[in-house]
Amino acid sequence: MIMDTIETTAPLLEVRDLCIAFDTRRGPLVAVDDISFELAPGEILGVVGESGAGKSLTGTAIIGLLERPGRIAAGEIRFEGDRIDNLSRERMRRLRGRKIGAIFQDPLTSLNPLFTVGRQLAETIQTHLDMTRAQARARAIELLAEVGIPAPEKRIDHYPHQFSGGMRQRVVIALALCANPRLIIADEPTTALDVSIQAQIISLLKRLCREHGAAVMLVTHDMGVIAETADRVAVMYAGRIVEVGPVADVVLRAKHPYTVGLMGSIPLVGHDVARLTQIDGAMPRLNAIPPGCAFNPRCPKAFARCRQERPELEPVGPTQAACWLYDPAPARSAADG
Amino acid sequence: MLAFVLRRLLQSLMVMLAVALIAFGMFRFIGDPVNSMLPENASTEDREMLREQLGLNDAVTTQFAKFVTGAAQGEFGISYRNKRPVSDLIAERLPATLELVLAAAVFALLLGVPMGVYTALNRRGFLSNMLQVISLIGISVPTFVTGILLILVFSVWLNWLPSFGRGEVVQLGWWSTGLLTFSGLKSLILPAVMLGLFQVTLIMRLVRAEMLEVLRSDFIRFARARGLTNRAVHFGHALRNTLMPVITIVGLQLGSMIAFAIITETVFQWPGMGLLFIQAVSFADIPVMSAYLVLVALVFVAINMVVDLLYFVVDPRLSVRGGRT
Amino acid sequence: MNAITASRARIASFLDSDLFYSFRKSQVTVCAAIVTLVMILSAALAPWVAPHDPFDVATLSLWDSELPPSWSEGGDARFLLGTDNQGRDVFSAILYGSRISLAVGFVSVAFAMVAGVVIGLISGYFGGWIDAFFMRIADVMLSFPTILVALLVSGIVRGALPREMHDNAALVVLVFAIAVTTWVQYARTVRGSTMVERSREYVLAARLVGRGSFAIIFRHILPNVLGPVLVIATINLAMAILIEATLSFLGVGMPPTNPSLGTLIRVGNEYLFSGVWWVVIFPSLTLVALVLAVNLLGDWLRDALNPKLR
Repeated sequence: MIMDTIETTAPLLEVRDLCIAFDTRRGPLVAVDDISFELAPGEILGVVGESGAGKSLTGTAIIGLLERPGRIAAGEIRFEGDRIDNLSRERMRRLRGRKIGAIFQDPLTSLNPLFTVGRQLAETIQTHLDMTRAQARARAIELLAEVGIPAPEKRIDHYPHQFSGGMRQRVVIALALCANPRLIIADEPTTALDVSIQAQIISLLKRLCREHGAAVMLVTHDMGVIAETADRVAVMYAGRIVEVGPVADVVLRAKHPYTVGLMGSIPLVGHDVARLTQIDGAMPRLNAIPPGCAFNPRCPKAFARCRQERPELEPVGPTQAACWLYDPAPARSAADG
Repeated sequence: MLAFVLRRLLQSLMVMLAVALIAFGMFRFIGDPVNSMLPENASTEDREMLREQLGLNDAVTTQFAKFVTGAAQGEFGISYRNKRPVSDLIAERLPATLELVLAAAVFALLLGVPMGVYTALNRRGFLSNMLQVISLIGISVPTFVTGILLILVFSVWLNWLPSFGRGEVVQLGWWSTGLLTFSGLKSLILPAVMLGLFQVTLIMRLVRAEMLEVLRSDFIRFARARGLTNRAVHFGHALRNTLMPVITIVGLQLGSMIAFAIITETVFQWPGMGLLFIQAVSFADIPVMSAYLVLVALVFVAINMVVDLLYFVVDPRLSVRGGRT
Repeated sequence: MNAITASRARIASFLDSDLFYSFRKSQVTVCAAIVTLVMILSAALAPWVAPHDPFDVATLSLWDSELPPSWSEGGDARFLLGTDNQGRDVFSAILYGSRISLAVGFVSVAFAMVAGVVIGLISGYFGGWIDAFFMRIADVMLSFPTILVALLVSGIVRGALPREMHDNAALVVLVFAIAVTTWVQYARTVRGSTMVERSREYVLAARLVGRGSFAIIFRHILPNVLGPVLVIATINLAMAILIEATLSFLGVGMPPTNPSLGTLIRVGNEYLFSGVWWVVIFPSLTLVALVLAVNLLGDWLRDALNPKLR
């Protein structure tokens, strides 16, 4: 059962040893391999990595929309202290929208083209909150104003195709926030938008979530967005988390060689470098992950142990990194939650 | 929107002219009308007189013009087989076919849409699989076999329903209807079921495929992510998006049902246009064939246009022109 | 690598492929394939397999007429499925009839495929008014139901032929009518693929080298666009068989002197009310089984080759 009172120090979301696998005819394929992380209330956690690293899948699993042939193979997900990965479909549905919301990448296809924006908003509001039609409509107009849509009383009766891309994503944000969820999973919310609009939408999202007190799990491959918006960031590679910590530390003082390479490949204003670093090779396919550390074939600092044992996340200063370079003792110590 | 309508009207006109050309070509160059209509021993003067009467000695373009103007007024000449004006024959038979097609369409929709929705929502259930198998068998069974089986069961063995003819009809002006008499309705059941059954499987598979496609789309995913109930997702969103393309295709199917009525009318000896057409093909009765061709083409073109306009009216992406801001 | 090891390798990779895997996995499809094979073989070998020759008037005897199937009362073991009103063995008639039905089906599909592929290639490669011309025709044809087009073509050809020739030419007329009706789907698909291929580099390279258009079309582009054609052909085979059966049933297909399954059904239908049900039911069941089996194969092939469903 979900409790209504939360202790301020307890994490909002806890993911422990989560494994997501796909059943193929040649056997199960592990797409997310034993990841653990936490999210505090109101915090913005960025989850960054290349395409295929498993970040979207993690978000999908948390909100309970993982479909066959994918399934949660191991681990648990706790929200406000209670397990949600094993809930019945109906109970999970009641959580969605009300406690955990989601925003997806393409605002054009996220909205039903045949229904007005107002209809879609009112429907969501009435599903979760006890309101009459008139009240729901009024609330919908308020929400549209909050996300910055001009003349909301008129635009509420417009269809999705009558909005531009940026406006549409604002509508999507309004839809996700209308029942005041505690957690929002934002999966590449700005990738499909014009560059000039991206910054607006991201800052809108950040502001609204702060105002509503919602935590955000921001999944993206765009480090710039993370650097601007997130409080903490987790770096994923080949289905594993390789580094996690406060944004400034991970970006400026990266520890894991993959993160270092990632940061070095992004041009930063004000930092003149001779050339951007490039990481040789490519992320391995799911059925061809090397033993030991998944990054070892591309790592400039790899040594024997990297090829044999898989490293776990260990605290290294203010961040945690899964890398044998930072393990002082030969024996492994338990990961710090 | 007006430009669209005008353009479609023009296109339709072009198609009709092309069809008229083919029909005329058939009329003029296939077989010899004079020989088909007169007995073997007719004199040459009689033949010449008939040729004059039929206008066969005029220039080809004049004949075509006459054909088109005649056709536009419903004049198609004389049937080789019945020696009666084709337009009379068609007027007699048209109501029978139209009532049959309408009954079959209603039957098909009432059965096909719910079944399609059910098999889409319950993909792996036993009943769902059974229905799918039955539908596969359905499209493999030729329509006339279905008709024969229906007659066998309901007429021969059970003797519940008649197996040929239309029953009693009531004359309303030039339209004769079988819907107002009990025997008329009874006679309508088996043929309508036979004609509609094929469409049922088609509609069921169509609705299922469309719905499955829609259920995979992003806005459905987002709707679920917002916590909408299954009922709202399936019947509020998915169904509405599914029905739009389905309705247009069903509209188009109406046209093909008129053609398939040929088979139904043959099996049940239903006195409609289809039976007339078959008899014409057997006999090589060209005037009737070309008249049927033009008429069916007209129906098709008209239905096509109505369906296109319907899309315009129903899809907000086309009907509501909003400035994008 | 010589030819033998190359083909062995190809067979091995086929057996390991997703296609064959899904074939083996689906029992229904395997059943369908077996049924189809049996029917095709028995039809093809009808003159040797059939216990009687139903069209040899000398062997017929009116004493044997209207006998029920061998397992019912009054049946005769010589006539497995009974006889019709002239003493013809229904089982043998079905075998010969399937032969005609299958022959018309295969030949018309072959013709339609060749015509459609050629038109599609030319239309897609040259574009312009050639393309517009063929596609207009295709559009008009597609907007009419196939049975109507087939009836019309059949009617026109019959009108053009003198009455005495109708029966003898029936087979050719049928094949022609069905082919003319069904070429469109091949043409459309091939045209689409051709238009994609024609802007590819290997075509540009061939043009630069100076190869003639037709050489390019037939030697280079054709192999690359044939893929979906096979699937269409399988599905169309069922349709062709159905069209032929329908036309024959309506009386404008194969005549009773050389009947296909459709003709047998039509003739048998006349005796339905007098209780002689076997003459119409058994050919009907055979027809249904045949079409169903071909449809199942076509469905499986289409699903297996569809990259979206993988």
